[in-house]
Amino acid sequence: MMSKLQIETSTMEIPKVKSENRFLNFWRQFRKKKPALFSLYFVFLLLLTMVIGPHIVPYDPAEPNYNRLLEFPTLDHLFGTDEYGRDILSRIIVGARITLSVSVSAVLLGTVVGTVLGLVSGFFGKWVDKAIMRICDVLFAFPDLILAIGIVAILGPGVRNVIIAVAFFNIPSFARIVRGATLEVKEMLFVESARSVGASTTRIVWKHIFPETIPVIIVYFTMNVGTAILSAASLSFLGLGADPSSSDWGAMLSMSRDYIGSSFHLVFFPGLVIFLTVLAFNLLGDGLRDVLDPKTND
Amino acid sequence: MGSLLQVNNLKTGFHTEDGMQTVITGIDFEVNHGEIVGLVGESGSGKSVTSLSIMQLLHDTPGEIIDGEIIYKGEDLLKLSEKKMRQYRGNELSMIFQEPMTSLNPVMKIGKQIIETISLHLNMSGQKAKQHAVSMLESVGIPRAKDIMNEYPHQLSGGMRQRVMIAMQISCNPSLLIADEPTTALDVTIQAQILDLLKDIQEKTNMGILMITHDLGVVAEICDRVIVMYAGRIVEQATVKEIFNNPKHPYTKGLIDSIPKIGAGLDELYSIPGAVPSPKNMPKGCKFAPRCEHVMDICNLEEPALAMENGRSSRCWLTQEQSQQEGVVGHGQ
Repeated sequence: MMSKLQIETSTMEIPKVKSENRFLNFWRQFRKKKPALFSLYFVFLLLLTMVIGPHIVPYDPAEPNYNRLLEFPTLDHLFGTDEYGRDILSRIIVGARITLSVSVSAVLLGTVVGTVLGLVSGFFGKWVDKAIMRICDVLFAFPDLILAIGIVAILGPGVRNVIIAVAFFNIPSFARIVRGATLEVKEMLFVESARSVGASTTRIVWKHIFPETIPVIIVYFTMNVGTAILSAASLSFLGLGADPSSSDWGAMLSMSRDYIGSSFHLVFFPGLVIFLTVLAFNLLGDGLRDVLDPKTND
Repeated sequence: MGSLLQVNNLKTGFHTEDGMQTVITGIDFEVNHGEIVGLVGESGSGKSVTSLSIMQLLHDTPGEIIDGEIIYKGEDLLKLSEKKMRQYRGNELSMIFQEPMTSLNPVMKIGKQIIETISLHLNMSGQKAKQHAVSMLESVGIPRAKDIMNEYPHQLSGGMRQRVMIAMQISCNPSLLIADEPTTALDVTIQAQILDLLKDIQEKTNMGILMITHDLGVVAEICDRVIVMYAGRIVEQATVKEIFNNPKHPYTKGLIDSIPKIGAGLDELYSIPGAVPSPKNMPKGCKFAPRCEHVMDICNLEEPALAMENGRSSRCWLTQEQSQQEGVVGHGQ
């Protein structure tokens, strides 16, 4: 009986779907979003700068040159020099490493904590959900920067504490987004079907629900990196972040505010790279959302 | 043949704003080894809640088992810890769902999903589990089983997905398979294939199958015995032959009459008027009385008991009156 059945079905025609590569599929769609594509190139350029920056700078970014203080952009110094005669282009290139690593690691930390909280909150519901969401509401009620200033005030200034502060106000937004996605996935039949074959709760959350939330997480991660760069720069600008003498972009802005009237390039170029970087991350996030998470497209 | 699953006085309720509403009101039935039992009824009659109660998969719903026993191989499932129950699910008792389109994880390869079930219960190495998964897929009649292992559910048709689901659920050789409307979402031609497949598997492995369906055609095709449910109660229980030849309860008659018949006049299909009453406003007497063609005075006053007679039972004053006249006293549960 069994063998007969097999013979019957093996002659059945099943259209052979081309085994598709998920990444290729994604890339084909993403390629069409031109702003996002250029942003991606820009982000790659920044990453490259982070890695090889210190080896390609035209001048030593820390070396003062008292013969060329506050020089306007020339062919020698494309972005001009600062109040100590240091080359601004070199400082920006070297600063990419510190500025980006602070914001990326802060958002990463916030994402990890927020995702775990969101999964727990969404999956278990009831009082666990209520408790986590009320805490998130409290964190949401603070303006981001005030919260960060508060945290830095408690922990003390410094790069490590800026990371913690910025991570902190990323937690609630990730917790909420992941919770929402979890609530949606939890109701799907395949979760019940996984339960019906005896999968444990941890397994269901980790193997079946978490993977479904990854696209949303990627999108918000990218977007939040942009905001985090701004926040970290703001903290540095207020003197609460990176060491003012370092070449962090925010710190550069902070140091040059006295010269804003006479030498605009001191403020203009660090400001410009911050602007471009934040814009690139936001456009990249938008593009990723269009492709990965078409439902939330507004 | 001993009884594989015995449900005694199972009561399940739902938490609502107005407190607990009982939706399954003390049902008893059994499934024997190697037997296919059909559980039939309209939407809202409590079929699916019964199956979820047996699997104890009610946590994600507002439902809760209030009372009763579910004896599986001599052990009361309701007394088991969640951890022990988890070892049983998929291994001893399995369940196939209605929607093959959504009951597989869309972002997980099919092979991985089957291997997940296998590795949860059977002590197999990776390579062996993979081979077992392929052989399971072959045994449910899936061609190119090896290729399918690396494909995603959306690359398969509904019938193929239901086959995958069946392969997954029988991969650990369960003794009881609960099939919750396994063919409802499929094309008619595919329905017959899936039913053949289930029948085939059952004959080979001697597993008991509880087939939940609203389609009496499915029942006629593969079931040995039928349980008809209405408003959270069993209203009739008999073998397939008896049900079709001589239905006792007017509800069962109504269900049978609603099957379209080839050759009959095509003016209009028969349907039972009205709908299943909601648990909130159940009629006082027989729950089917408001929709029944043969309603009598007593029907509105008092609910009949489920009376046993020659191995079959029915919950109707009509039959009980007859049997009382004939001198056979029906005994309630």
